Amino acid sequence: MTGTSSAMTLGGHFTYFITIFLMIAGLFTVISRTNLIKKLVGLGIFQTSVYLLYIAPAKLIGGTAPILSDAFTVYSNPLPHVLILTAIVVGVATLALGLALVVRIRESYDTIEEDEVLDRDTQAEGDGKAT
Amino acid sequence: MNLAPHLPALQVVVPLIAAPLTVLLRRRSVAFGVALVASWLALAISLQLWWQVANTGTISYAIGSWPAPWGIEYRIDRLNSFLLVLVSGIAALALPFSRSSIESEVPPQQHYLFYTMFVLCLAGLLGISITGDAFNIFVFLEVSSLSAYVLIALGRDRRALFAAYQYLLMGSIGATFLVIGIGLLYLMTGTLNLADMGQRLASVQGTRPVLAALAFITVGVSLKLALFPLHQWLPNAYAFAPSAVSAFLAATATKVAVYVLLRFYFTVFGESAVFAKLPMQQMMLLMALAGMFAASTIAIFQTDLKRLFAYSSVAQIGYIILGLSFNSVNGLTASIVHLFNHGITKGAIFMLLGCVALGMGGTTLARVQGLGKRMPLASFGIVVGGLSLMGVPGTAGFISKWYLLLAALEQGQWWLVFMIVLSSLLAAVYVWRFVEVAYFRAPRQDTADVAATPWLMSVPTAILVIAIVYFGLDTSFTIGTASDAAAALLGGRR
Repeated sequence: MTGTSSAMTLGGHFTYFITIFLMIAGLFTVISRTNLIKKLVGLGIFQTSVYLLYIAPAKLIGGTAPILSDAFTVYSNPLPHVLILTAIVVGVATLALGLALVVRIRESYDTIEEDEVLDRDTQAEGDGKAT
Repeated sequence: MNLAPHLPALQVVVPLIAAPLTVLLRRRSVAFGVALVASWLALAISLQLWWQVANTGTISYAIGSWPAPWGIEYRIDRLNSFLLVLVSGIAALALPFSRSSIESEVPPQQHYLFYTMFVLCLAGLLGISITGDAFNIFVFLEVSSLSAYVLIALGRDRRALFAAYQYLLMGSIGATFLVIGIGLLYLMTGTLNLADMGQRLASVQGTRPVLAALAFITVGVSLKLALFPLHQWLPNAYAFAPSAVSAFLAATATKVAVYVLLRFYFTVFGESAVFAKLPMQQMMLLMALAGMFAASTIAIFQTDLKRLFAYSSVAQIGYIILGLSFNSVNGLTASIVHLFNHGITKGAIFMLLGCVALGMGGTTLARVQGLGKRMPLASFGIVVGGLSLMGVPGTAGFISKWYLLLAALEQGQWWLVFMIVLSSLLAAVYVWRFVEVAYFRAPRQDTADVAATPWLMSVPTAILVIAIVYFGLDTSFTIGTASDAAAALLGGRR
């Protein structure tokens, strides 16, 4: 996990830069977009960055699966890989449920823009009070 | 076969197995039966576990017989046995309640799926509470959250859909923050077992990844427990969900998230790390006070009772976090006992609102005019719940407020005593709004006759209302467990 020399720090931290970039890009998309699908895409990117955070430090270059054998001495840590397999399943389920909700929102509001949905709600509330 | 040693696993497995069974059986009365049996079994198991822990100490259960630091460990101590009783108890009451209340809220062909999601959510919440493994917490958190999103989206109003979508976004961000924090901790310690992690962290205490993990976990869990500025998802989710779901989630979901925060702060990081290295105490205090005042003030101006009491939930979470920020035995006792007391209070209030919605056709203040005449018992129940929210002696809410005041006095912070009393006055204001409309206004003439409340709804509701008063008078169960749990949390590191 630690770089062998200070000159290698930048290279050694390469995956962290990618991870942080994806994380911020994803989170920014969730917050800044008003399109409900684009928000979900951002959420997907955000979640994916975490997979990298777990996997990258667990993988050793040249390492194999931890099966005892005389031919290999360097092993990758299998636990983070397994954890992320679970996290991927969770991510897929979240995305599927999110998209299903967007389909239902589109059916009842006829739009997938957040601000339009909110506008229609305030309008409906106003009408409700009037009657 | 002797099942007794496997009770910790069965606590989660029973509702988890019941979920696919309800899908396979399809017929809604059969599905209801399966879900009901599962939730009552869960309650029985949790009571048995609570009793066992109280008498013989912490239970450690190795899933699949893999020993603790490598395999997943279920670890039950005073704190989470208490929480298990709360979660399964509320579920055991909310489920029979849901049978009649979803008749008018969910299309009949979806009823069996409602029960599936309900028991899945229960399994997830019980799993979070019982597990001693960091990643397992995340998995169960997602099980409970995903099913909660579906349950909220089942609401009759189309705004329920958008509320569920917003909750999904905020909840997923919160859960992902939690995983980032857990990942950083795993990188630093090489273990996922919470107790083991706590021991190994001692050698890397105060390093930047650990502090980053603390920050990520705090923000992530705070999103889930709706700490004041991160509460945006909560009011709409509670307001538009079916009544049984509002009652169940309001009483349990945020409480379980508070438990996760307590567990990470005191078992994993250790209070010295949390409160010494970063100004967490001051930050928590500030958020708690902001929540208590801002959310109570917003609650005063709501026109819908469900939203009003949802904002009141955000304010009550403030009290729980305030107790945590004292970092003392009395403060933590107040937090833990308020988890329970607020759980039953809000559970009762949202169930009563479910009865009101059925009887009067809605829960807006305009609709419930003259409720005191139309539904005297229900409106009396809401008043009892409201008194508990204010912290009037004789109700459960008083007990938690009392310990909160004790903790504030102990540290000589008189201004906090004043703030707690002042925020209780705000609670009195929003409860008074209901009282005024329900008792001092004539019933609306255009509303049809009140539909009778089915016994399946009124009995569980009555049990919870009685529990509010009971736990306000007899505190041996609540305070006894909570003070032991608080002492254990703080003693682990001293």
